[in-house]
Amino acid sequence: MKIGIVVFPGSNCDRDVHHVLNDVMGINAQYIWHTEESINQYDALILPGGFSYGDRLRAGVIAAQSPIVEAIKKKAQEGLPILGICNGFQILVEAGLLPGALVKNVKLQFSCKWLKMEVLNVNTPFTNMFSLNDEVTIPIAHGEGRFVIDDDKLGELKRNNQIVFKYKDQNPNGSTEMIAAICNKEGNVMGLMPHPERASESILLPNQTKSNAGLIFHSLKNFLSSYVKN
Amino acid sequence: MLTKSEEIYLLRKLGRQANVLEIDMIDAEWSEHCSYKSSRKYVRSLPSRGKRVIVGPGYDAGVLDIGDDDVITVHIESHNHPSAVEPYGGAATGVGGVIRDIISMGTRPVALLDALRFSSIDKVKKTSKSKWLFRNVVRGIADYGNCIGIPTVGGDIEFDNSFKDYCLVDVAAIGLGKRSQIISNHAEDGDIIVLAGNPTGKDGIRGASFASKLLDNEEDRSAVQIPDPFLEKLLIEATIEATNRNCINATKDLGGGGLSCCLSELSHLVEKGFEIELYAVHTKMDDITPNEIMISESQERMVYVINKNKLSTFDEIFTKYGITYSIIGKVSGKDNLKILYEGKPIASLSCNLMVNAPLAKWKSKRPNYLNNLKTKIKMEMLDNYNDILLRLLANPNIGNKDWVYQQYDHEVGLRTVIKPGSNASVIRVNDNKFVSIKLDGNSKHCYLDPYQGMLGCLSESCRNVACTGAQPIGILDHLQFGSPENPHIYWTFIKSIKAIIDFCSYMKIPVVGGKVSFYNETMNSPIKPSPVIGTIGLIKDKTHITNNVPNSGNRLFILGHTREELGGSEYFELIDREKYGRVPKVNLNTDKKNRSAVLDMIEKGLIEFVHDCSKGGIGTALSELAIFGNTGINIDLKNIPNTCTRNDFLLFSETHSRYIIGTNNPDELKKFMRNRKCKFSEIGRTDSTMTLRIHESGKEVINLPLKELANRYNTMNNTMDGI
Repeated sequence: MKIGIVVFPGSNCDRDVHHVLNDVMGINAQYIWHTEESINQYDALILPGGFSYGDRLRAGVIAAQSPIVEAIKKKAQEGLPILGICNGFQILVEAGLLPGALVKNVKLQFSCKWLKMEVLNVNTPFTNMFSLNDEVTIPIAHGEGRFVIDDDKLGELKRNNQIVFKYKDQNPNGSTEMIAAICNKEGNVMGLMPHPERASESILLPNQTKSNAGLIFHSLKNFLSSYVKN
Repeated sequence: MLTKSEEIYLLRKLGRQANVLEIDMIDAEWSEHCSYKSSRKYVRSLPSRGKRVIVGPGYDAGVLDIGDDDVITVHIESHNHPSAVEPYGGAATGVGGVIRDIISMGTRPVALLDALRFSSIDKVKKTSKSKWLFRNVVRGIADYGNCIGIPTVGGDIEFDNSFKDYCLVDVAAIGLGKRSQIISNHAEDGDIIVLAGNPTGKDGIRGASFASKLLDNEEDRSAVQIPDPFLEKLLIEATIEATNRNCINATKDLGGGGLSCCLSELSHLVEKGFEIELYAVHTKMDDITPNEIMISESQERMVYVINKNKLSTFDEIFTKYGITYSIIGKVSGKDNLKILYEGKPIASLSCNLMVNAPLAKWKSKRPNYLNNLKTKIKMEMLDNYNDILLRLLANPNIGNKDWVYQQYDHEVGLRTVIKPGSNASVIRVNDNKFVSIKLDGNSKHCYLDPYQGMLGCLSESCRNVACTGAQPIGILDHLQFGSPENPHIYWTFIKSIKAIIDFCSYMKIPVVGGKVSFYNETMNSPIKPSPVIGTIGLIKDKTHITNNVPNSGNRLFILGHTREELGGSEYFELIDREKYGRVPKVNLNTDKKNRSAVLDMIEKGLIEFVHDCSKGGIGTALSELAIFGNTGINIDLKNIPNTCTRNDFLLFSETHSRYIIGTNNPDELKKFMRNRKCKFSEIGRTDSTMTLRIHESGKEVINLPLKELANRYNTMNNTMDGI
């Protein structure tokens, strides 16, 4: 089992995801520099957070034009699990792999804080170890994380059970219906604004809190182990 | 501008008239900002040796050995003048500069902290200058730090009207690396000199000189540089990769004074001569003159000295990251910085001459205002302590600062164990080694008594770090004053230095880095003496990490004796007694005794949580504990060891060396503190009442519901959010 972490110039959570997968979860994960041509050897891909290309123009838009994204699109079609976290989510949206758009937070301010979200779909490769309506403690850190979508497409998201996580108790950025994560129709591509890699080790959790956010990676491992050998 | 006597000195040393370019180069390097000519004599006397110190002050960053081949690098810088005229760009480029100092040592930057000073934001319009500066400085730091993926893990913010129309922006950075990979900074004849990063432009021309005089008008925005955090991020990764592949013999970032200062300091450091062709420098525009190229302060640039056999590896790495670089010269001979333009020599100066500016001699004299302070306090009894406490909690110097810290990505890197807003921040080195760091300052105390005020900053900073379970191992000092040419200000500077020497020698904690910033004045007035102290602490066991959040441990103790020390306190400012009273005095022996007692009790597992007592005194500290733990607290004032004549003085005195401790093991704790001959007592308990109740043997002094405390404590956040 091998997971590829796609690194663009300006990605900055690549090392964090690498650490959590290899050192905490015991999953073999490797970096893929954005100019690499072949991504065939990976069983899943993660697009980590950061500021690819400095988030110039708007978050994720430049990275979405790079050649590797064409290869990623092909893999998405083949059903490979692909997870975009924060900037990775923005790139997936800009690449057209996920619907909607991520615009500036309502307060027009970057926001880094711990909050809670709720699981709405447990049938994806990233959530199969959760129970429906589980509460997940997790931090956000973004300036452009407000998920917006028109009503028709929102209806479609709901009909297809594509809303995977919603924020709970508070809407940190003004997202439509408090949406924190969505997946594509098939469920193999998920974009998530909060950072599960930051909530996967107990020592990093704020005083006395507990978190099951690491289940996102465990779910992926669980999903892959059912058909990938080694 | 060079002074008359500097011009004469230069002529004598050079034996000829310097040309215009040479004078520009000297002017930048001999500016106060780069040369420390008013402070060098004093700064040199700071205790900077210790068994952990690998590199002390004077280089880009100090290097501390934390065992097992691990090192941390630390540095502090300020960007006050630029931030005062262009807060967003000024603050952002301040972050960039200090980060490059960390990568210059071959280490990866892992955390940032900021100490910020503004004029009051209380009772001022939304459009006021102080709020404009505050809002944009914070945004500048956030946008830069967040983009490069280095967490801003904490800091210190103070509001005082001596910063009217001005601000102080200090940024400290910590790097992590391996001792064996520290860049040794050496060079051989024939080595290649490379300038990489941003093309050189006309931004930040004469920035160093600009920062070395009073701020007299705001037409100086062109002296402020333009930030590009994306490029900085690429420079970080490329430099680290090049270091790991042994490409770099020596390196230095370009900061104040641009190429001119960088090249003279680097050639001096490696004890070699440099020959530089300016025509080779990649620039933003064609019409830039050689003089401008030499002193431009365009950001995100680094100079590297590399062996020519390593050029192809270097090229591979920098091409991978898409970083432009130019080969601008070679190492040749000794002690000579030779500048060519299209092959023609246009300047030739001794590096030694450049980096050793003649010392400035200033007079020092005790300021008159110190004679007019009223040490006796005469004031009528106030009766509503509830109201006073709530107003103190609403004071932005004391209250919650989430509005600031939430704009910073303080989690990236997976190292932030204790988050901003706590006693000190704790970052993970590995699962059994942690570094704690805190910046502290108190300009009100330092104004009323520069010596004791400075001792107080040191004591508070070490105390905060100790509260997290960390042994202090190094000090950063950032000394910020008005013009040294004013004898009264220079006197306060000398007193502050004396305090650092006394404290650090006594505590055996070395000074590992620092910075002096003079000329912090506007047309209004000079700032109060505003030193900022950073303490770096080491935690060698995960179980020693301690917080100030009461979750368990319901028995409350105070360690330390409370004296009537309200000079410069937040309480006296609140009731318009700014120039009354004595500032807290630090007894070095007690300070050390109490701090090591706390650390030893943490190690023995006797402490569940511990909180520092400083700004706003016991009243504030207890309120914070109640808010952090969302718990009721019940305290009997009678039990607090003190020599105060009134309850408000007891509640709000800012005496140092005090800790409030929560424990589950009161008997052992008492026994321990008795053995150590500490002054302490049990003062009360946490409970489930959801109120803070302070009484004197049953007679009520304060009784406030938690909700009200928390609400007031959040005042600044609500104000800045415009609610």
